[in-house]
Amino acid sequence: MHRYFPHTAADEAHMLEAIGVSGVEALFASVPESCRRTAPIGLTGMSEWALTARAEALAAQMPAAGAAWVGAGNYRHYIPAVVPYLMGRSEFSTAYTPYQPEMSQGTLQGIFEYQTLAARLLGMDVANASMYDGATALAEGALMACRVTRRHAVAVSLGIHPSYREVLATYCRAAGIRMVEMPLTAAGETDASAANMAEMAGVLVQSPNFFGVIEPLEKHAETAHAAKSLLVAGFTEAMAWGILKTPGSQGADIVCGEGQSFGLSQSFGGPNLGIMATRKEFMRNIPGRLVGRTTDASGRRAFVLTLATREQHIRREKAVSNICSNAGLCAMTCGAYLAALGGTGLAHMARLNRDKAAYLKAGLEEIGFTPLYSGPTFNEFAMLAPAGFEAKHAELLKKGVLFGLSVRAFGYAEPAWLFCVTETRSRAEMDAMLKEVAHA
Amino acid sequence: MPENKSWPGISSLALEEPLLWEKGREGRTGASLPDPDVPAAPLAGLERAGLPLPDLSELDVVRHYTRLSTWNFGVDTGLYPLGSCTMKYNPKINEKIAALPGFADAHPLMPAELAQGAMRVVYETEQALCEITGLKACCLQPSAGAHGELTGIMLIQAWHRAQSRQRTKMLIPDTAHGTNPASAALCGYEAVKVPSGPDGILTVEGVAALMDENCAGIMVTNPNTLGLFESNLTEIAKLVHERGGLVYGDGANLNAIMGYADMDRIGVDVMHMNLHKTFSTPHGGGGPGAGAVCVGEKLVPFLPGPRIAEENGRLIWTCAGEHSIGRLHPFYGQFGVILRAWAYIKTLGADLKKASELAVLNANYVKAKLRDVFELPFPQDSLHECVFTDKKQEAFGVSTMDVAKRLIDCGYHPPTIYFPLVVHGAIMIEPTESESLDELDGFIAAMRDIAAQAEKDPAALHAAPSLTKVGRVDEVGAARKPVLTGDM
Amino acid sequence: MAESKIPGNVLYTKDHEWISKTAPWKIGVSDFAQNALGDLTYVELPNVGDSFEKGQEFGTLESTKSVSPLYMPASGTVKAVNEALADAPELVNQSPYGEGWIIEIEEAGSLDGLLDEAAYKAHLETL
Repeated sequence: MHRYFPHTAADEAHMLEAIGVSGVEALFASVPESCRRTAPIGLTGMSEWALTARAEALAAQMPAAGAAWVGAGNYRHYIPAVVPYLMGRSEFSTAYTPYQPEMSQGTLQGIFEYQTLAARLLGMDVANASMYDGATALAEGALMACRVTRRHAVAVSLGIHPSYREVLATYCRAAGIRMVEMPLTAAGETDASAANMAEMAGVLVQSPNFFGVIEPLEKHAETAHAAKSLLVAGFTEAMAWGILKTPGSQGADIVCGEGQSFGLSQSFGGPNLGIMATRKEFMRNIPGRLVGRTTDASGRRAFVLTLATREQHIRREKAVSNICSNAGLCAMTCGAYLAALGGTGLAHMARLNRDKAAYLKAGLEEIGFTPLYSGPTFNEFAMLAPAGFEAKHAELLKKGVLFGLSVRAFGYAEPAWLFCVTETRSRAEMDAMLKEVAHA
Repeated sequence: MPENKSWPGISSLALEEPLLWEKGREGRTGASLPDPDVPAAPLAGLERAGLPLPDLSELDVVRHYTRLSTWNFGVDTGLYPLGSCTMKYNPKINEKIAALPGFADAHPLMPAELAQGAMRVVYETEQALCEITGLKACCLQPSAGAHGELTGIMLIQAWHRAQSRQRTKMLIPDTAHGTNPASAALCGYEAVKVPSGPDGILTVEGVAALMDENCAGIMVTNPNTLGLFESNLTEIAKLVHERGGLVYGDGANLNAIMGYADMDRIGVDVMHMNLHKTFSTPHGGGGPGAGAVCVGEKLVPFLPGPRIAEENGRLIWTCAGEHSIGRLHPFYGQFGVILRAWAYIKTLGADLKKASELAVLNANYVKAKLRDVFELPFPQDSLHECVFTDKKQEAFGVSTMDVAKRLIDCGYHPPTIYFPLVVHGAIMIEPTESESLDELDGFIAAMRDIAAQAEKDPAALHAAPSLTKVGRVDEVGAARKPVLTGDM
Repeated sequence: MAESKIPGNVLYTKDHEWISKTAPWKIGVSDFAQNALGDLTYVELPNVGDSFEKGQEFGTLESTKSVSPLYMPASGTVKAVNEALADAPELVNQSPYGEGWIIEIEEAGSLDGLLDEAAYKAHLETL
C-alpha cells in the first residue's frame, strides 16, 4: 500500500465487480499490443525519508544565499514570512483555474487585486492575470503590437536581456515577424534612429536595461508614436517601479516584464511571473486571462474571469494567444507581497536598492573600476575592471561567490562585468568585498 | 438544502473581506523595513511622484488572505473531478523539498560547478520522463502545457524548414483542446479539422483523406478528450510519416497510460506532458505549471538550448546546436515545478503504473455507476475519464450547467463541462487515482440524487448553487462593461 | 422556442443575416440568430470605407461563450456602422431588425440567391 493510493484489495475487488471485469488489466484492452511498452518502467521508488535525505544532499551542494552579487533577470530580495505562509494555504495552491466562480472567489478577488496593484505600479489602465515570465511576456507584447498595428516587424533594443531576445527571436521566427536591432549609445540608452519606424509594429525597449541603465521611455514613446508604432516597455527588475517614473506616464502602450522580485524565491530561475499591462483601448487585444468585477443575482459583489472570447478555449486558432495555465499562484504571491510592503514600504525598499547599489558602484570606482555606460542606473550596473580582476573573480568563485557576471558571456563585445545590489546587501558586506577585491 | 447525508456539502459562516485598497491606513506596514546604512543617492528627474498602493499592517494582510482562502475549494478540500486536468493529490513532501534553501535561494546564473545539485534534479527528471514515455530526449524549458505544445509545433516547423519544405497546414482532431489550434496558429499553420470516427476515435481513412504534402503533421491527444485510447494511432502515424509529416502527441492525459503505452513505438515524434497534471505539482489557481517536451531521434537536433550533459560524473551546460529552435525560457525552465515533479517521480518509481491503473479503475467505476441515469454518448472502453451528456435531463429543462452548479452545493467541484465540443452538454469526469472508494461513492450518490431532482424539482437546480458565498454571477454584464481593476 | 420573427421587408441568407430590399442598404441578423447566440456582449464592426465581397466575413458577434462571424449578404462598401452597439450590444437581441442593425452599405451588389420571408421560414424548419 502506498500513502498516495487509498485502494485496499477489497476496494479494488468491489469496484471491478461493479464494472464487470475480472482484473484491472482488462480495462486496458483498448491499448493495442503494437502501442505497448516491452519492459516495465525502469525507475525505483523511495520512502519519504530517503527522498528527503537525497534532496537535502543535493540542496547542500548549492551555494549559500547571497553568494551571487548579480541580477540579470533573477533577484535576491527579502520575502516577509507572511507571504509564503499565506500563499502556502492549500485552498490557493491546490485549486484549479477559477472557472466555477461561486467556489473560487478567493483566487478571483486575489487576482483582481493583483491586476489593480500591477496597473497602478506601472501607470497603465489594465493588467492581465499573468504570463509565464518577463521573456515570454515580451514576446507576446511584440505579437500584440503586430496585431494592433497590422505590421510585421519590431525594433528590438540590444539593451534587452539577451535571453529575453533569444525567446523573442524564437517566437518571431515561428510567426514570421522580422526583428530589427537598435544599438545602445555611449550613455547606454537605446538608439532608435537606425530602424525604419514606419514598418515597425512596436519599439521594444527594456528599462532599466540589461546594463542597469534607466532608459528615456518618454523619448522612445515619441519616436514610436510619430510613426504610428507602439512603445513596448519591458523590464526584468520590478523593484525599479518602487521609485522610478512609470512606463505608463511616459507613453508606453504595452508594458511586459518580470515580477519575480515581488515575493517569489529565486528558485534557480523558475517559476516566474510575467506582468503584462496595456491601455484601455487595447484591452481586447491583450493575451492572458482577465478577472472582472460583477454581481450575482442578489446584487452581491463578485469576481469572474471575463473577455474569454479572446482566449484559446473559445476562439481556438483565432485566439490572440495559446496561453491557458499561466502563473496564477505567482500573481497572488506578488499581490500578497505588495500588500505586506504597501506603497510606503515598497518605496522604502526600492530606495535602499538604489542607494546601496550607488554605494558599491562608487566603491568600485575608487578601486579602479569605471562604469561602462554613463546613464543613470537603479540596482544593477556594468563596470570595466582594472587588470587582475579576472583572476580575482575566479578566486572568489572557488570560494563559492559570484562577484560580477561577464557581459561577454552574453554575446556582447565589451569586457565589462555586471553587478547587482539589493536591500539584502549590508554596508559591512560591501566594504569587506571591496577590500578583498582591491587586494591583489 | 440537499437531503442525502452521504456527501459533504454543509452550510457554514463565511466571513466577508474587502479589497486591499478598501482597508489599511497610510503609513502602516506589514513588512520589516531595514534602516539605511549607506548615503542617499536620489535620481533627479527620474523618480515617480507617488506610489498609490494600500498600506496594511501584518495582521491586516494575514486576515485578508486567510479569509480569501476560505472562499476557495482545492483538491485538499474535496473531490475535484475535472476531466483532462488530472486534479490528483499534491504531496506535501514536495513542498518541503521545494523550500530547501539550497534550491529556493539558488541564482540560475551560478556557473555549473556551483549548481550541481539543481542541475542534477533537472537532469534526472529529463531522464525519467524519457524512460516513462519511451522517447529519446527531453526539454524542460516550457512553462505550461500550451507552451510545450508551442515548442512541439516549432520543432516540427524547424524540421520541415531544415529540409527546405514550407508546409502550411496542421491536422487537428475535432476533440482537441483549444490550445492545439491556437499553438499551431502561432506558427502560421492553418488548422485542418479531422473528424473523429463513429467510435469517438480517429480512423486511418479519416486522416488519409486529409493528409497531403501541404500538411506538416498531425496533433493527437492520446487518450483523447473522450477518455478513449486512439487505437488506430500506430497506423495513422505510419501514414503521416509516409506522406512526409510528423506526429505531435498532446500528453495532457498521460495519467491514463503510464506503464502501458510506449510513445516511441506508437510513432510519436514529439509530445508534451503537464507536470502540474500527471506529475502532481499543484495547479495554483491557474499556474505555475510546466510543460515537459520529449522527442524521438529525428527532432533531437532542433531542441531548445542550453541542454545538460554529463561528463565524468559532472553536469555541464552545452550550447544549443545550430538547428535549435532557440529558447522558450529565460533560464532553464520552471525549476520549482520541476523539483516537485522530480520528488513525485522519485517517490513512486515504477509504481507510476499503479497510479494509471487506479486512475482508470476509478473512472470506470464512476462510469458503471452513473450510466443508467446519465447518457453515455460513446459506450466504448474508456480509460481515466468518462464523458456523459445532459440529453436525459434536457427533457426536464435541466442542463449540464444546472447539474454542475448543484454539485457545488453537495460539496464537490463540478467536472469539466461543455468540453469536448463534439458532445452536447458534455460532462467530463476524471476522478484520478487519489480518490478512495468512499469519496467516489459519495460523488456518485450526489450525481444520482441530482438526476432524480432534475425530474422532481428542476427549479431547485436552476437556483443552484445556494450554499456558496455568491450565487451564479452575471457574466454577460462582466463582458459588456469590463471592470478589470479597482480604478475602472 | 417562441415563434421566430421573420418580417417581409428584408431578404435573408442561410447564415441568418438580413439585408434591406431597397436603399438605405442596412444589414443585420435575424431574430432566430440573436436568440440562438444568447445575450451578446460585444460586436466587432468593420471600418467605414471597408469593402467586402458577397459571403465575405465583415465582423463578429460575441456572447460570453462564443464568437460568431458575420457574412455579407451582398457585396458593398461600408457607409455607416451602428455605433450604439459599442455601448449596447444587447440592441441586437432586443431589436434585431430595428435599432439592432449592424452596418449600412453604399450600394448592394447582386441580391440573387437571397431568401424571402417564406423561403427563410422554410429554411428554419429544416434546422
